[in-house]
Amino acid sequence: MADREERRFAEVSRESVRLMAEGAGVELGDDVAALLAEDVCYRLREATQSSSQFMRHAKRRKLTVEDFNRALRWSNVEAICGYGAQDALPFRSVKEGELFFVEDRDVNLVELALATNIPKGCAETMVRVNVSYLDGKGNLEPQGTVPTAVQSLSDDLLKYYQQITRAILGEDPHLMKVALLDLQSNSKIAALLPYFVYVISGVKSVSHDLEQLNRLMHMVKSLVQNPYLYLGSYVRSLVSSVMYCILEPLAASINPLNDHWTLRDYAALLLSHIFWTHGDLVSGLYHQILLSLQKVLSDPVRPLCSHYGAVVGLHALGWKAVERVLFPHLPAYWANLQAVLDDYSVSNAQVKADGHKVYGAILVAVERLLKMKALSLSQSAEGQSGAHPGSVVGAVSYRVNSPGLSPPPEPLSEAALGIASHLQVGGAGCHWEEWTPVPLPAMYCELYSFFGDSLAVRFSTGTGFGTHSPCTPSQLSDSRKEPPGPASNLDTTRKMPQLTANLNISPRQDGSPRTDPPPPSLSGPGSVRSLPRASSMQRSRSSSSCSRQRSAGLSREVFPKARFTSPQTTPPAFSFLIGGRQMGQRCQGRRPFQTMFATTPPVSAIPPRTYAHKLPVIGRVGKPVRRWTCSHYSLHLPL
Amino acid sequence: MAAVQGGMGDADIKTDIKTEPSADGFGNNNANDGRVLSASPGSTPVTPEDQQTLLAVLQFLKKNKLTESVEILRREAGLPENSLDPKANESAGAGSGGAAGIVDLEGGDASSLLSRVTGSSSAGAQAPTKGTVQSGSGRDQPDVSVVLSAYSQQGDPTLYKVYYRDLKKFIETVLDCHRAELSQVFYPLFVHMYLELVYNNHESEAKAFFEKFSGDQECYYEEDLRILSGLTKKEHMRGNETLLDFRTSKFVLRISRDSYQLLKRHLQERQNNQIWNIIQEHLYIDIFDGMPRSKSQIDAMSGSLAGEAKREANKTKVYYGLLKEPEIELPLDDEDEEAENEEGKPKKKKPKKDSVGSKSKKQDPNAPSQNRIPLPELKDSDKLDKIMYMKEATKRIRLGPDNLPSVCFYTFLNAYQGLTAVDLTDDSSLIAGGFADSTVRVWSVTPKKLRKVKSAADLNLIDKESDDVLERIMDEKTASESKIMYGHSGPVYGISFSPDRNYLLSSSEDGTVRLWSLLTFTCLVAYKGHNYPVWDTQFSPYGYYFVSGGHDRVARLWATDHYQPLRIFSGHLADITCTRFHPNSNYVATGSSDRTIRLWDVLSGNCVRIFTGHKGPIHSLAFSPNGKFLASGATDGRVLLWDIGHGLMVGELKGHTDTIYSLRFSRDGEILASGSMDNTVRLWDAMKAFDDLETDDFTAATGHIHLQDNSQELLLGTYTTKSTPVIHLHFTRRNLLLAAGVSQL
Repeated sequence: MADREERRFAEVSRESVRLMAEGAGVELGDDVAALLAEDVCYRLREATQSSSQFMRHAKRRKLTVEDFNRALRWSNVEAICGYGAQDALPFRSVKEGELFFVEDRDVNLVELALATNIPKGCAETMVRVNVSYLDGKGNLEPQGTVPTAVQSLSDDLLKYYQQITRAILGEDPHLMKVALLDLQSNSKIAALLPYFVYVISGVKSVSHDLEQLNRLMHMVKSLVQNPYLYLGSYVRSLVSSVMYCILEPLAASINPLNDHWTLRDYAALLLSHIFWTHGDLVSGLYHQILLSLQKVLSDPVRPLCSHYGAVVGLHALGWKAVERVLFPHLPAYWANLQAVLDDYSVSNAQVKADGHKVYGAILVAVERLLKMKALSLSQSAEGQSGAHPGSVVGAVSYRVNSPGLSPPPEPLSEAALGIASHLQVGGAGCHWEEWTPVPLPAMYCELYSFFGDSLAVRFSTGTGFGTHSPCTPSQLSDSRKEPPGPASNLDTTRKMPQLTANLNISPRQDGSPRTDPPPPSLSGPGSVRSLPRASSMQRSRSSSSCSRQRSAGLSREVFPKARFTSPQTTPPAFSFLIGGRQMGQRCQGRRPFQTMFATTPPVSAIPPRTYAHKLPVIGRVGKPVRRWTCSHYSLHLPL
Repeated sequence: MAAVQGGMGDADIKTDIKTEPSADGFGNNNANDGRVLSASPGSTPVTPEDQQTLLAVLQFLKKNKLTESVEILRREAGLPENSLDPKANESAGAGSGGAAGIVDLEGGDASSLLSRVTGSSSAGAQAPTKGTVQSGSGRDQPDVSVVLSAYSQQGDPTLYKVYYRDLKKFIETVLDCHRAELSQVFYPLFVHMYLELVYNNHESEAKAFFEKFSGDQECYYEEDLRILSGLTKKEHMRGNETLLDFRTSKFVLRISRDSYQLLKRHLQERQNNQIWNIIQEHLYIDIFDGMPRSKSQIDAMSGSLAGEAKREANKTKVYYGLLKEPEIELPLDDEDEEAENEEGKPKKKKPKKDSVGSKSKKQDPNAPSQNRIPLPELKDSDKLDKIMYMKEATKRIRLGPDNLPSVCFYTFLNAYQGLTAVDLTDDSSLIAGGFADSTVRVWSVTPKKLRKVKSAADLNLIDKESDDVLERIMDEKTASESKIMYGHSGPVYGISFSPDRNYLLSSSEDGTVRLWSLLTFTCLVAYKGHNYPVWDTQFSPYGYYFVSGGHDRVARLWATDHYQPLRIFSGHLADITCTRFHPNSNYVATGSSDRTIRLWDVLSGNCVRIFTGHKGPIHSLAFSPNGKFLASGATDGRVLLWDIGHGLMVGELKGHTDTIYSLRFSRDGEILASGSMDNTVRLWDAMKAFDDLETDDFTAATGHIHLQDNSQELLLGTYTTKSTPVIHLHFTRRNLLLAAGVSQL
């Protein structure tokens, strides 16, 4: 009753009445129009009130046009025809005249008459009985469980559902492709979503069959990518199915010949894709995923393949997740892994191979962590310097395609990355509040202590690589001459899939890393730990503290490209290098198939203002060759 | 209102149906024309007041040239011929109005003529318009203007607010014990003052008055206030039913003598004539001696459109006991064995004979005499069914708080047309649905399929002497799980199986009630009488009779072989939304949108009980199997329990959050099940609710009830469906609970 004052009835204005009268060819005076308007309002209210009686007796909650027409018939008013359809009528406005109208599309009768897909009549009305409660206890067969409810779907949908599931889970790969493609683009399958989700939740029952698991994961992908589907709370169910494939020690993993690693990689990519595109549908989803990944990782009883899954999962979720969960946990985990790797007994061979998989996965994750962290630091140091050309595009593509994936490693797109990383912070910022990040140098030191030279990210000072990145085609040939030539690089790209952080999950070849086990690292991380550590510390210190020239002694020949640089020509800049490792004949460990790119130092000796005025130059120079650099790096940097 | 109404009611019940049995030859074997209900007019002496009314009715009839009716009424009432204008006889010859009227279907004023004239029987009973029916006076046609003219008295419109505020201030300052009682005055006063303002064209003052004081009213009047607030012009008042209700019925308040004196003294001191006039003219104050009632006591009983029921209204004796079961020869033992063997159980001797026999011999002192109303004789098939019933009853599960029933849910799938009504046969073998697309569908829920009777030509060929003739007449080719019956031209709102499963009744928005044969699956009769939607209909538990009620505010009692109603129960102030027969078939309960429940005597046509207390339109009713109690459910989500004998509210069951569309007692009455729009079925401990009663004489005499709030204790279970409003409930003969609804998924 309190809100009675606020309650206002809908009113028909006298202007409307006058307009309608004019439409009928009658001129109305003001007072007549006012009277009429008021009476019309009253009659409408009366009719509405009586129409609600029909609704109540039809045991409905929704008032229909039919109800209203019946009420009109009571009061001896002609019924209004043509509005009986169940769908909502689009009510549109014309801006100029402040007119509103109900859209009334033309119906092409010829087309309608000649249409071949004549809709079948609706299904027959029927009564079905089920025991809901036995002796007043327990819900035996909850009304409307999947099998019974499927029957209530229209015949066509049911058939579609059967065909699609049969095609996807069937033998014919071509048919599966078609089915997946349709699932990805069909706009009319919203009603079937629960059933598909239900099918997908069957992963637990086919954990022995990698092929089926793969197909189900592809089904997830198609559903997630379908722009017409609102996943809503089903996201949770999908995520749990995907997590199952990532983390569980699948029955299929018992046989070492089974390539379950690919499945885990693929599922991890899928997970990050779901999270980035639909994560907002379920609150706290990110945190929950992190927690469960962390739980698996910190559980030493779990098999190594589960740990592998947790690592690739974290990696796929982005470097922040790695920093947050994997990095702090690494010291504890390392001891276990080391034990596995150091055991050379024959019986341990299989476990050791698995251990190397985990090792590789961790390495890739932390390498990107380092790289991205450095980038983000430099970005924040640089400040939000504003609009760079192409930044918007970059940001968008970053968000959509591959969140957490390294952007094209050229200075140009730094801005884009910057924005994206802010997005990332904004998106998941709340989870990070209680956690203090480890500064980059310390992190690098610690990681180096574990991985030694296997860590292919290098920090150096004064490399003039900034000048090289927007390079000309001629420089391409230069780079191609380098020891690990383009051909071998290409090879590496395929061979070292741990580095593919490409989150574009559609093409399998790209998305799912190959699983050739990494060649055994001959330089055990422990053996090379002490010396490189010192040097790396030195390097990192130098990079972070000042832009002191790197001494020649510290410059390592494993980075041959550095030789080509002419450090003195450009102002000293912070740069780092990302490389994969390629195990070769050489015993000293990793020879990176090099890629280096420069960025600005987090804390540069050069005053910020100098830097700030330098930046646009890079942008301008970079623009014309952007395409090229992109392709260049995409060839060489399998990130 | 009730005073006038009472007189009118008396006039109604003198209507005796003397229809010739020719017109409706559909061969109901229940038909027993000689025994059709006939209230003997001689049994009740005609009081002078009644005579006055009768004369008025006769005048009215004469004016409308209904000479035959005049004749009949005069003969029935035993009035001397000269009591009427001598001219009546002159016109008699020329008239034959009744016959003409029957044909006059297409006539200009068909609606009124039809109802008026086709009834070759009676007069004001079938009053032409809704307005006249509930205005209740046959003396003149209560034109709306006449009704409203009572408001023409003029006071200073600006003073209304002052008057009201003054009274409000006074009531707020009186002693606590009187305040609750006197606060009852607010709502009717408010409405009448507002209407007076509107009637006298003080639109702005009316609006201001409404704004100022509408917030003070009890929240359960919100619905009415919403309608009222839309009404701002004198012109609007024409034809507004809510308004007519207010004017024509006196709002009934129960106030203790002390409180009343207090109010009276105050108004006289203040010379507040405006308010005093309204109280005198539009309010009926039922004064009682004793302690004033508390706020909760008042709230429990108020909420109806016309206030509480007068105490006298519930004083009539009601024979709520059950009729004696007819003695039936028990089945032979070998039959018994057969039945047992079919179910694959070892046969046992049951001491059934004695128990059944002794039960049926007792005569309930509260039961009406066996032949109070004529009931159809049992056929052989009925006896067989009774035997089946007894057999089933022995296997019945005894329910209780520790032994709740199992629930089976009948879900209607693909009911795009909109399911509006459901009924199950007593033996739970058939289920019928009424749909918004005007169809009636019947399904068999047992493996036995539905079959039609063979065509007449084929029937001639079969051997009529054979034992299985009933089986032979069925056409095997027509066997199917469900049958659709077409005939209505509007949504089917009510549906009911006859107890013998041979007939089905359906009531519809098109104003008709149709009787369908379940042997041929065709329509047998369309009962026309209600000219507005018929919301509900139900067969009597003994068959033959049925009751219907609808938007025209009257409930009608029919016999299947009469195309005219036998009784018209008029008195509700708004639509009749649900109708139920008492288990002994002597009474009919009707629930209405005026938020009251009335119990009508089938024999006399009188209203014998008025139950107020619901705060929304009543949508479901259920009698307890022993006939003593009535349960009612409304849009307010509450179930109220009533003691029919004492005419008291005895319980309130709170828990549902939406309209309750179905109520049903278990076969032995231990459990009450309620199904609601909120997608739940709730079970209530009916035994406890009724056992805990101590109805002392004082309570019975004053009608003051103390309700304890023990809904939570009485609630035995809440069973949720999956997005399916429960619109029908049914206990099988073995006490399995069946529920039905349409999935909204």
